[in-house]
Amino acid sequence: MTARLRAPGMPRAGLGLALGIALSYAIVLPVRALYGFEPLVDGDAVTIVALLAAPFGFLFGLGAFDYWFYWASGRPTRPEDHSGHGATSWRDYFRVNTDHKVIGIQYTVTSFFFLLVGGALAMLMRAELAQPGMQFVSTDAFNGLFSVHASILIFLFIIPVFAGLANFVLPLMIGAPDMAFPRLNALSYWLLPIAGTMMLLSFLVPGGSFATGWTAYAPLSTDAPLGQLFFTIGVQFAGASSVATALNFLVTIITMRAPGMSFWRMPLLVWANFSTSLLVVIATPFIAASQFFVLLDRALGFNFFVPDRGGDVLMYQHVFWFYSHPAVYIMMLPGFGIISEIISVKARKPIFGYRMMAFSLLAIVVLGFTVWAHHMFVSGMQEWIRVPMMITTAIIAVPTGIKIFSWLATLWRGVLHLDTPMLFALGFLTMFVLGGISGVMLAMIPVVIHVSDTYFIVAHIHYVLFGGSLFTIFAGVYYWFPKMTGRMYDERLGKIHFWITFIGFNLTFGPMHLIGMKGMPRRVADYAEQFAGWNLFISLASFAVGLSTLIFVYNMVASWRGGPRAEANPWRALTLEWQVSSPPPIFNFDQIPTVVGGPYEYGVPGAVHGVFKKPGEVAPAPAGRVATAPKKE
Amino acid sequence: MLIIGAIASALGIAGALAIDWFPKVGSTQADDIDTLFDVLLIASVPIFVLVQSIVLYCVWKFRMRPGDELKDGPPIHGNTALEVIWTTIPALLLVGLCAYAYVVLGDMEEKEPNTMVVNVTGEQFTWTFQYPAENGGKPVRTNQLYLPAGRPVKFNVRSKDVIHDFWVPEFRMKIDAVPGITTEYRITTTRDARSYPVVCAELCGLGHATMRQTAHVLPEAEFETWMQRKRAEAQNT
Repeated sequence: MTARLRAPGMPRAGLGLALGIALSYAIVLPVRALYGFEPLVDGDAVTIVALLAAPFGFLFGLGAFDYWFYWASGRPTRPEDHSGHGATSWRDYFRVNTDHKVIGIQYTVTSFFFLLVGGALAMLMRAELAQPGMQFVSTDAFNGLFSVHASILIFLFIIPVFAGLANFVLPLMIGAPDMAFPRLNALSYWLLPIAGTMMLLSFLVPGGSFATGWTAYAPLSTDAPLGQLFFTIGVQFAGASSVATALNFLVTIITMRAPGMSFWRMPLLVWANFSTSLLVVIATPFIAASQFFVLLDRALGFNFFVPDRGGDVLMYQHVFWFYSHPAVYIMMLPGFGIISEIISVKARKPIFGYRMMAFSLLAIVVLGFTVWAHHMFVSGMQEWIRVPMMITTAIIAVPTGIKIFSWLATLWRGVLHLDTPMLFALGFLTMFVLGGISGVMLAMIPVVIHVSDTYFIVAHIHYVLFGGSLFTIFAGVYYWFPKMTGRMYDERLGKIHFWITFIGFNLTFGPMHLIGMKGMPRRVADYAEQFAGWNLFISLASFAVGLSTLIFVYNMVASWRGGPRAEANPWRALTLEWQVSSPPPIFNFDQIPTVVGGPYEYGVPGAVHGVFKKPGEVAPAPAGRVATAPKKE
Repeated sequence: MLIIGAIASALGIAGALAIDWFPKVGSTQADDIDTLFDVLLIASVPIFVLVQSIVLYCVWKFRMRPGDELKDGPPIHGNTALEVIWTTIPALLLVGLCAYAYVVLGDMEEKEPNTMVVNVTGEQFTWTFQYPAENGGKPVRTNQLYLPAGRPVKFNVRSKDVIHDFWVPEFRMKIDAVPGITTEYRITTTRDARSYPVVCAELCGLGHATMRQTAHVLPEAEFETWMQRKRAEAQNT
């Protein structure tokens, strides 16, 4: 037993967790005694410190810091023999593993677990909203449901699932044996379940879960019961995970590309994650700051948001949205990358306008930082800032439009393989346009003044995040499923999943535009009689979407356990991840590939993207020429 | 292709405009906003139809047929003219729409003479309306909003605790009630005498969904009578 408690792993993690909680008492009690606070043992105070200390105890116990501590204390570090690479049983997914492929799967499976949780919360909300009046839950519990629903799906599903997919495929795509910082990568992953568990635990706290929306506007959040802190601190862990992964991606992409892979020969998924990582690294500290303000106000009585003490309520929103608007691109750009991969491969054509596709990603990164105040058109901020923000918000539709039109041009005259990944890609293309159109409407100040905080907004964000991001995630998961698991998924179930999701999604969120315009505010447990018909309709449709997710889960689980073995390259794709076996060898490439051409040269006779020879044996073609040289027929 | 697209767009626009989108019109601002929204619909439908018809056409025309499993499409890498077109046209369209929205915004927020002032205060979970004192009298406070028909009104909005949002969907205007500052907006009520819901649109806690009151728009004379009575009541308390 002592041996198990000394070795890194789950038993020691449990011990670390207990020590973290004990440490919280050891800090709080003496401090309260010194200040003479009554009562001496205060549950709130101990919990807040424990929310910070216990996770670190858990991570120490799990072994996330072992190597660094050995190194820092001058003890002999265990040379990295890569014995931690790969996974031979399910147990290997429950320890600190430095293999990017294992981490990719840890990330993806964990975030899909949270998708199911977040989706189940949505089902509860729709059950309550099926009729006007209060049925199943109290208004406070309802506020908790939508707050946790949004927080879980944003911070524990969409953002990390993209990091998970990219973790698996990105090093393979650029011909690297792993990520640049494998130990940091493992730590990034393990911060996630901590954040998610914390947010879900808030339901068990006296006073209920946090119930101030995922936006947690002050001063509502600074006066809220203890559950609020589970969001405030949970976001710090999710954010730290996000920043660490983004740094890892940036360094990996910049320094670890295979010989011959210039920036202009990178697949667009790599470009997309490069752009996303820039956004994450620059923006995420701002949400961390906004939540630290709330923490200090709530826990230590700072007065950041108390107007009588010189506090400024609007400041919270500026800092919050300076992250949270770029965050919608953090939740969309990786999806753009996935769609570019799939559409090119499944239409058997090079991506149309490759360089403009990459430039438009960078344009979105830059413009994404100039639009945040469009969330605040009715917030009472200074009026002059509205018009410039309206213009930048509208203009950001231009690079997005370039991408949509380029994908359409890629489809044109191709040979379209309409299997599940492609169906989801096309579903994304058609639905995201609607989200984009309502987005442009929401740039227009007079329209926003009427529809902000209504169901029109709910419709818009779900067309962008569900019809947009989630469709790209489904497309990506089906597309890389053979590579990640070595098995094929069931095509028939995949198509059924697509059609029920596609139709159910539109029936659920389409009518929300209308009831929002008609005057139904968002975030309400009860509503006026005039909206009863549509709400019942929406609830029924949403249950269909919920059921379709079960089909997906069944397909994934059953195919992973017993699907037919996948070939190395079932889609006849050119990018490097498909040039190795499925699943890939433990160190990705037995020979480092040399990249000799663009990633999407479909239809070019004899074109290859990478070759597996020693670098001296092939003369790489000059960078960038092959990918974009216009060829007239 | 073009003709089908044009017909589909026309049908789409007709359909989008046929939908009864808006609550009743309760202010002159509502007309401005509704027209802007209609224009946005007219501009959006062709873009939506364009994308959908290209996708559907490609699926129908270019789908893989049996025997094509190993075929590739033509290696078209790009077309500069096309890319310039689909960058500039949307940009021009968007700038045009922004310019129009800017003009509408100016009209909506214009200061009118003879404006009546109402002080609106939000707290968990109710609104209070205060009509400033006149000629040395006392101000009038009510829990329901009363307004004269066809008169410009300016609301000064404050909050006692957390952020609320003062919204009457029929007026189309809203603004947050923010602790520590006074926010404002202006409307001109229409001539019709009606009652509308007053809605809190910003999540303000567990009573948020039930923070509802009523706005009564009365004919000018009736409003004056009501106001006289209220002023007298206020004087006597």
